[in-house]
Amino acid sequence: MSEATQTTGAAVKTRKSMGYLAILIVSVIAPLLFPAYQTQMAFLWIMVVLALTWDILGGQMGYNSFGNILFFGVGMYVTAVLQVGLFTDVTAYNAAKGGEVLDPTLGEYLLGLGVGLGIAAIAATACAAVFGFGMLGLRGHYFAIGTLGLGIAAGEIAAGWDYIGAGSGMVPPRFPGETGAREEFFYYLSFALAIVTFFALKRIYAGRFGLAINAIRDDEDKAEAMGIHTTRYKAVGWCIAAFFLGIAGGIVGNIVGFIAPRDVAFAGVTYGVWMVLMAILGGKGTLWGPVIGAAVFHITQELFWTYLLGWQRVALGLLIVVIVVFFPQGILGFLREKFPERFGYKVQPKEAGGSADPAEGGAR
Amino acid sequence: MTPILQVEKVSKSFGGIVANSDISLRVNEGEIVGVIGPNGSGKTTLFNSIVGSHPVDSGSVRFEGAEISRLRVPQIARLGMLRTFQQTRIYGEMTCMDNMLISVPHRHESLFSILAGFPRETHDEAEELLDFVGLYAKRHLRAGELSFGQQKLLEFAMALMNRPKMLLLDEPTAGINPTLINGLLDRLNRANKQLGITLLVIEHNMRVIMNLAERIYCLAHGQLLAEGDPEAVRNDQRVIDAYLGGQ
Ligand SMILES: Nc1ncnc2c1ncn2[C@@H]1O[C@H](COP(=O)(O)OP(=O)(O)OP(=O)(O)O)[C@@H](O)[C@H]1O
Ligand SMILES: [Mg+2]
Repeated sequence: MSEATQTTGAAVKTRKSMGYLAILIVSVIAPLLFPAYQTQMAFLWIMVVLALTWDILGGQMGYNSFGNILFFGVGMYVTAVLQVGLFTDVTAYNAAKGGEVLDPTLGEYLLGLGVGLGIAAIAATACAAVFGFGMLGLRGHYFAIGTLGLGIAAGEIAAGWDYIGAGSGMVPPRFPGETGAREEFFYYLSFALAIVTFFALKRIYAGRFGLAINAIRDDEDKAEAMGIHTTRYKAVGWCIAAFFLGIAGGIVGNIVGFIAPRDVAFAGVTYGVWMVLMAILGGKGTLWGPVIGAAVFHITQELFWTYLLGWQRVALGLLIVVIVVFFPQGILGFLREKFPERFGYKVQPKEAGGSADPAEGGAR
Repeated sequence: MTPILQVEKVSKSFGGIVANSDISLRVNEGEIVGVIGPNGSGKTTLFNSIVGSHPVDSGSVRFEGAEISRLRVPQIARLGMLRTFQQTRIYGEMTCMDNMLISVPHRHESLFSILAGFPRETHDEAEELLDFVGLYAKRHLRAGELSFGQQKLLEFAMALMNRPKMLLLDEPTAGINPTLINGLLDRLNRANKQLGITLLVIEHNMRVIMNLAERIYCLAHGQLLAEGDPEAVRNDQRVIDAYLGGQ
């Protein structure tokens, strides 16, 4: 018998709450202790959101998507356009190539950002609904290949569209307030987004949605034979990913402070690839896997950047190879294979006193 | 007696192979009907034609009086006609309990119910049905770790969880430990009598089908060879020849 079996449910619950509390405290205090790293830490939470949302389809549903970056980029542009558009003419603003500076008051800024992120989430979700019902009738590999084009096409369109600054990009409005306040603000915003994403997914994974997309992953023909609305679940899954990715994009545009169509917004070769790798590294198809994967990946990458200057891309490429070759299941997937009982996979007969009469089952 | 399923002159070919040729059969509400026939005689193809896995070349399939031969698999399943698979299909990476929970009926489903959890009663029902097929102790194991026979039992329990009106079972006893077959027979009968589920059963085990079915259809080479009560079909010379010829 493992230790876990002996621990009562209540004790496990307390231990979990303590764990969450510890993470909360560290996350709230860390940016105050290390103000110089606030932006890197904000990106850690963004990475968590990218990995978690990729895993909805990629891990839980078994549909590899290489087009999620589309929702990220759409969210980024929509947020910036609204932040500007609520107060001035977007075309003129972008035509000035950053020459015309928008200096909003704090109230105006928060209004613009709030409206921008909200509409960004809706716009990204709408994109996912349109493409989802169109493409998610495709099975497995065909879907994956189909999604490859999405981000690239979007990048090209954005790069040719003057309204949003075309190839020279777009600059979100300046953050009002003293130096350092901006980094701190976006750290906590990113943190909040990661928390909300995590708990929203935790909740829906435990219900009908989670089990249905797992069923699609395990055997889609069986899922259809059991009457599951497979296309509907698939599209809803993509919409949920897009909703949070849209907000993440809006935040990242403001953190970076400059939106380039191909390298920041629809950045398929960076964020687009990373979100896949982080989920795989941590263990796809699990709730905590993408979180762990994002943390390990982001910290490793920051270290490479600091200590291997000039070679960081090579090191990153090697890291990717190592991940795929040695951790095909990811960190959590590996642990789950090793210690299945720790993850709740165990034989559990009825306790004495329970209804052991096999005849009663048929009566329901 | 009212027919729940009426199949009329259904044909299906794969390239040059005529897998089903002008097959007609009817199943009345509450009945247990058997389908027998040598290997490759077209039994599974007939199931596939009925539940919409592939479009039929010609003929009509009616379920509760409504034409369903143009509907797709999930739509037919939601009408209340479910099939199990000869090769057994379960969700291997999910626990038995999760396999059961997601097998709830999907007839009425809104965006809200998609994102909601399962009520307590659904958990209880899933546990009771797992108990019914003798898999209660394994409910937290991954379904893929079960033996083949246990997976067949799980698949049967999942089908019951869906509360179908009619169940098409493709060789339910194949691969099941012979000592457990009587227990399974008993469960099939109880599903029929107590839950009121009409059964259409493909079966190779003659002893099983003779005990279970009220009427039997026999296929050979894609054609309907004989039909009638078990005794008559068993003694039908054409059936005997088909089986001897098929060996
Ligand atoms: N998808 C398919 N494509 C091509 N041929 C097929 C297909 N499905 C079935 N067949 C052929 O149709 C014929 C009938 O097959 P079917 O599986 O219906 O037989 P069966 O009666 O279920 O046999 P068994 O008892 O072995 O399960 C066989 O000759 C088979 O090879
Ligand atoms: Mg068959």
